[in-house]
Amino acid sequence: MSDLAIQVENLGKQYRLGQQGTVAYDTLRDVLTNAVVAPIRRLRGQAVGEQRASNNKIWALRGMNFEVHQGQVLGVIGRNGAGKSTLLKVLSRVTEPTEGQAVIRGRVGSLLEVGTGFHPELTGRENIFLNGAILGMKRSEIERKFGEIVEFSEVTQFIDTPVKRYSSGMYLRLAFAVAAHLEPEILVVDEVLAVGDAEFQRKCLGKMSDVAQQGRTVLFVSHNMSAILRLTEETLVIEKGRLALRAPTPRAVDYYLASGFSRQGERIWEADEIPAEAAPFCPHGLRVMNRQGQVIDTVRSTEPIIFEVEYSLNAPLSGLRVGIYLMSMRGEYIFTSFDTDQPEQYERYGVRPAGRYISRCTIPADLLNEGRFVIGMNASSFRVRRYFQDEQALGFNVDAAGAPGMQWPEPRLGPIRPRLEWQIEAIEP
Amino acid sequence: MRNSTMLETKASLGSVSSDLPVVVLKPSRGWSALNLKDLWRYRELIYFLVWRDIKVRYKQAVLGIGWAILQPVVTMIIFTVIFGNLAGLSSDGKPYPLFSVSAIIPWTLFAGGLSRASMSLVGNSNLLTKVYFPRLVIPLSAVVAGLVDFGISFLVMLVMMFYYGYPITWNFFWLIPLTLLTITAALAVGLWLAALNVQYRDVSHMIPFLMTVWQYASPVVYSTRTIPEKWRLIYGLNPMVGVIQGFRWVILGGTPPDQLIFVSIAVVLALLVGGLYYFRRMEKTFADMV
Repeated sequence: MSDLAIQVENLGKQYRLGQQGTVAYDTLRDVLTNAVVAPIRRLRGQAVGEQRASNNKIWALRGMNFEVHQGQVLGVIGRNGAGKSTLLKVLSRVTEPTEGQAVIRGRVGSLLEVGTGFHPELTGRENIFLNGAILGMKRSEIERKFGEIVEFSEVTQFIDTPVKRYSSGMYLRLAFAVAAHLEPEILVVDEVLAVGDAEFQRKCLGKMSDVAQQGRTVLFVSHNMSAILRLTEETLVIEKGRLALRAPTPRAVDYYLASGFSRQGERIWEADEIPAEAAPFCPHGLRVMNRQGQVIDTVRSTEPIIFEVEYSLNAPLSGLRVGIYLMSMRGEYIFTSFDTDQPEQYERYGVRPAGRYISRCTIPADLLNEGRFVIGMNASSFRVRRYFQDEQALGFNVDAAGAPGMQWPEPRLGPIRPRLEWQIEAIEP
Repeated sequence: MRNSTMLETKASLGSVSSDLPVVVLKPSRGWSALNLKDLWRYRELIYFLVWRDIKVRYKQAVLGIGWAILQPVVTMIIFTVIFGNLAGLSSDGKPYPLFSVSAIIPWTLFAGGLSRASMSLVGNSNLLTKVYFPRLVIPLSAVVAGLVDFGISFLVMLVMMFYYGYPITWNFFWLIPLTLLTITAALAVGLWLAALNVQYRDVSHMIPFLMTVWQYASPVVYSTRTIPEKWRLIYGLNPMVGVIQGFRWVILGGTPPDQLIFVSIAVVLALLVGGLYYFRRMEKTFADMV
């Protein structure tokens, strides 16, 4: 149909394990030794499969089928490594699919990373032209939009300074400004909003919705649920390389946050979800429990809530802190807390020996407002390494029955609903 | 499925027309067409990448563009002292400094272009994995970027010609096709090595060595005449033989290049066509392998 901008049929992309992201190129020596060694092995009757196993192939994307209408803004969400970036790379022609096909109508502008091709030695002005050309803009087009780009980036004063002297914020603003002025029929955007200060993020979101309103097709990948909710009406959820769900965004976000748990109120990490970089840290599970220690999906705001992280260490770790983030469904952080925040705990667990652990904390009663919340998990050593992080590990509901102010059946603004001591004084009779 | 209101909205926007470019993305098997039309569409990107290479190369160097003068001059002095004076190699009766510089200049264009092209894909991996454009743009601009240095060192040579009293003749026009042949040769070989380098990083280690060997296999420090007649045809398979012969003839006079130049051209074209197809074939794996 002619009003389809993107038509994806049975799309699949296979990678050789270790090829994606890491530097796993062959050296000529490997190829030569292989040519010599393989026949000898075969003669000795050794399994060639042994060699094969290390060359394992994985499907980063498989059996994708979907269509995007012209002018539609479609969100794409999924956990790290689910295949979102691979999908965008295939659609923006960076890499070729292994099977199936995608039909694209119109020019595709991809923003897989802002500032692609920026050169630190060149000035802001020079980089605008270079980056614009790399993103597929014509020179005349860049000249025409130059003033607008500079103004949007708010770096007018430094436009003739090499970008290596820019602060990271300025750099990103300039990079986004160029990208935001692309005018392709189809715009593919990956995580660009994860950077920059809140003010600039707001500006970027504004620019994105302008783009959407101009009738252009946008494919928007993000971990920022509030951005996804605000910008898109429909969203794809990708799980392990497959399309798990296509639904109106609020439902898709809810599905995404609820998915991957072996039971309600609990998130279990499977071995294949834990990156190799996490070692020696190995997360097992994250649980939400009530006072009685039952794992539950809906907790009462008038009762304390217990969060529990279970993990094991395969080697002693010094300075380890395991903690949680609490977030609203809109993606706003409510708080971050670590198990060694207290000085005495920090002293006591300077080095944590190998073994299996549970770090548990209690959220006091009468703190959270009703609604749905998301907990994230982080295990790191400050300024040394982040072992493991899952920013949206688990979703749970808070029921406000008995909370302060329930006599008025109205939604209360804000993610928290503390029970506060009010004094009312009559100061004049 | 689609209701008529949606069609109407789209029509009123006027942005949906049947002349939108349609691209079908699917796995390609074996050899594919060169798609030079796409390359033409991205010609401005070639310009910007060349401009970036030149700008960046001299930006933080104190001597800046002076390097383009210093390099051929110092090489010329070393060659003159060692090969001209100490070893006493024949320069066909021409002053050795001019004899060597007339070869150093096209040689530097070739060797620099070839090395830069070979390293170009790996060096621009951040672009390869993030944006689409015809990958050919990268080695092509790496080769073309050498033309600025070439132009500057060419001026140095003009000064030397003036000093030694060699006139500028109509033959100078022949330098245009000869220069074109030089950069085409650099591109032709560079395409093979660039694509191979993505997969086998050994290529990076091989290049400096290859260039040294190749230089001695080309008449840079000696004259073609020193090659025995029976080896001439095989010798001519090296495209730089014909190029350097041509440069020497234009600058120093004497005998024009013989039929060897046609062997050189044929070799370059064969390498180029093969290189283009090989590059195209490997292109789809660049983003995954680099």
